[in-house]
Amino acid sequence: MLDITNLKARIENKQILNGVNLRVNAGEVHAIMGPNGSGKSTLASVLSGREEFEVTDGSVDFMGKDLLEMSPEDRAREGIFMAFQYPVEIPGVSTINFMKTALNKIREHRGLPAMDAVAFLKVMKEKMKLVEIDQSLLNRSLNEGFSGGEKKRNEIFQMAMLEPKLAILDETDSGLDIDALRIVANGVNKLRRKDNAIIVVTHYQRLLEHIIPDFVHVLYQGKIVKSGTKDLALELEAKGYDWIKNELAIA
Amino acid sequence: MGKDNQILVEITSKEYEHGWAVDVDTDSAPIGLNEDTIRFISKRKNEPEWLLEWRLGAFRTWSKMTEPKWANVSHPPIHYQNIIYYSAPKQRVTPKSLEEIDPEMLKTFERLGISLTEQKRLTGVAVDAVFDSVSVATTFKDKLGELGIVFCSFSDAVKEHPDLIKKYLGSVVPVNDNYFAALNAAVFSDGSFCYIPKGVRCPMELSTYFRINAANTGQFERTLIVADEGSYVSYLEGCTAPMRDENQLHAAVVEIYAMKDAEVKYSTVQNWYPGNKEGVGGIYNFVTKRGLCAGDHSKISWTQVETGSAITWKYPSCILKGDYSTGEFYSVAVTNNHQQADTGSKMIHIGKNTRSRIVSKGISAGKSQNSYRGQVQILKRATHSRNSSQCDSLLMGDTCGAHTFPYIDVENSSSRVEHEATTSKIGEDQIFYCLQRGIDEEAAVALIVNGYAKEVLNQLPMEFAVEAQKLLALTLEGSVG
Ligand SMILES: Nc1ncnc2c1ncn2[C@@H]1O[C@H](COP(=O)(O)OP(=O)(O)OP(=O)(O)O)[C@@H](O)[C@H]1O
Ligand SMILES: [Mg+2]
Repeated sequence: MLDITNLKARIENKQILNGVNLRVNAGEVHAIMGPNGSGKSTLASVLSGREEFEVTDGSVDFMGKDLLEMSPEDRAREGIFMAFQYPVEIPGVSTINFMKTALNKIREHRGLPAMDAVAFLKVMKEKMKLVEIDQSLLNRSLNEGFSGGEKKRNEIFQMAMLEPKLAILDETDSGLDIDALRIVANGVNKLRRKDNAIIVVTHYQRLLEHIIPDFVHVLYQGKIVKSGTKDLALELEAKGYDWIKNELAIA
Repeated sequence: MGKDNQILVEITSKEYEHGWAVDVDTDSAPIGLNEDTIRFISKRKNEPEWLLEWRLGAFRTWSKMTEPKWANVSHPPIHYQNIIYYSAPKQRVTPKSLEEIDPEMLKTFERLGISLTEQKRLTGVAVDAVFDSVSVATTFKDKLGELGIVFCSFSDAVKEHPDLIKKYLGSVVPVNDNYFAALNAAVFSDGSFCYIPKGVRCPMELSTYFRINAANTGQFERTLIVADEGSYVSYLEGCTAPMRDENQLHAAVVEIYAMKDAEVKYSTVQNWYPGNKEGVGGIYNFVTKRGLCAGDHSKISWTQVETGSAITWKYPSCILKGDYSTGEFYSVAVTNNHQQADTGSKMIHIGKNTRSRIVSKGISAGKSQNSYRGQVQILKRATHSRNSSQCDSLLMGDTCGAHTFPYIDVENSSSRVEHEATTSKIGEDQIFYCLQRGIDEEAAVALIVNGYAKEVLNQLPMEFAVEAQKLLALTLEGSVG
């Protein structure tokens, strides 16, 4: 589904990604971990098409298409979704209105007719249940005055609505209380299917207890320096990153 | 260059949609302005002597006045002698019914989305259509007449309801109020008149649609709304003009008179030709709008969506004379390219326990200048009065300007005034968030801007809120790129 080869990217002359290689197949969940500032959010931004980042080398194939050639909105319409680490506020625009606009843009791209209000509400009610989110929150201005946890939950609600092929969740667990973490993780699990894939960026093993990954990768200084199974996350939790840094220094 | 500047770059909006003109034979006054011009206009309209005298008085007043210079706008001098002050489409006979109206004109309004054929109108809106200097048709006149509501062109009102006109003309905006109001009083050609009798709730929206067609002409219309005790009316005004390289002057006057317990809602969607991307051409929109809450517990509410005109100079105001009367002003003013807007409101509290509210949302893009200018005055005897003002500015890019000029004067200690102002920018983060959900940039800007202006757009009658939303998006199209 997603094939990243030797991806290098920089911002304002600062090289951040130094040759990332990653292959994600349909049906898989990959976790990306790594110290602060190692480039995890940058990787997510580059994949979703943020223009500030200049890709200096490498390629990304997404379902047979050259992802890097696509505009951000086309990537979204082709099925890439990013749950933001820091979701923005849009005053005066309700989540409902926002989702209706987004959903219909995506449907238009796929040659489907716009969804009418009744059909939309029906879908919305279903997805609301899935992530246990209250409608009153969705009637309010998008993310405005939302608590940290509410913002994150809202991101997963949007993911549920848009049914992406590839979802990248950037620290969706941070700021969630224990119950919310479980609810969000359950929501994500219900959205797992054979024909979609998820990349979870996280610092903590506890999320991966709920969303069990097929692979765990460590991103360090803009490169994936170690990959393993869910056990790697446990090892990181116990030992931190120094041992990996040391391994690298020796090698 | 920072991304901030890059994303919010240059301009260029889609071409103005209503920029075409039609060819109709016109009957025009000779170019220029003197007492003969005024006699010409008055004669063409078969006006009574008193009205001619009123006009001449206004002209003499105007001749002694000078153009105001305090607004935050600049333009080359206006040559008042190079304007044609009266231009009317020639009609073989005065149309008595819609069937007799020049088909060319019917088509003009059809093309603007205004059907004058009543059976085709789905929405419950009665329209008075003004083409250059004259009113061509008023719909639903009979139906409204059954309720005693008068809704007709100003010219007809002068003939059919001279007492009302004599009593209320100039009662809210006196002849000598300001330079442009005086000019309008001297040369006004037509407009709409509306009277809602005691206790009547007008069952449909009333609206006037202004269309400038002829070149080199000014448009000077006058609207007078009189709401008798306990009545209610919602009134809407729309306008467009062809694209022309020279600037055209539009100096209108709107007067609203609200008696005890009456309520008037006046909404404007202003879409005059704004000039091209380089700032050539466009309408100079110098308008005086004022409402008088004459009776206790009366209410006047102005809502405006200003997207057009090269220059806008207008301050819809309320004089809160009756005790417990209420004035409201809700405004969205969008400027792009080289447009200049200096707009706001005046709330003059005279009666006790009066309330006023101002919500102004400015949106500037391109090289435009957008100013809010507002005055809140609470007189000594207006005890226990309240005003709240909220003035927000949204900037798109850094080549435009937003300015706020609030003037506040409270003369008693039991009253309270609250003023809040904010300035913000459309963030690239907001745009990217939308893009990431599959919403393209144009749609994202429209979404964000409409969200920002929501509080004002919500005040518009349903049918027009949707139109206004589209218009906002259209005006800003291409301003983020
Ligand atoms: N707009 C920017 N301008 C300059 N440097 C940037 C910019 N965005 C990111 N960086 C830098 O790139 C590096 C990688 O940042 P990134 O946000 O990708 O890290 P991360 O792995 O997501 O970290 P965290 O775990 O703290 O979220 C950091 O050193 C950061 O300061
Ligand atoms: Mg990060």
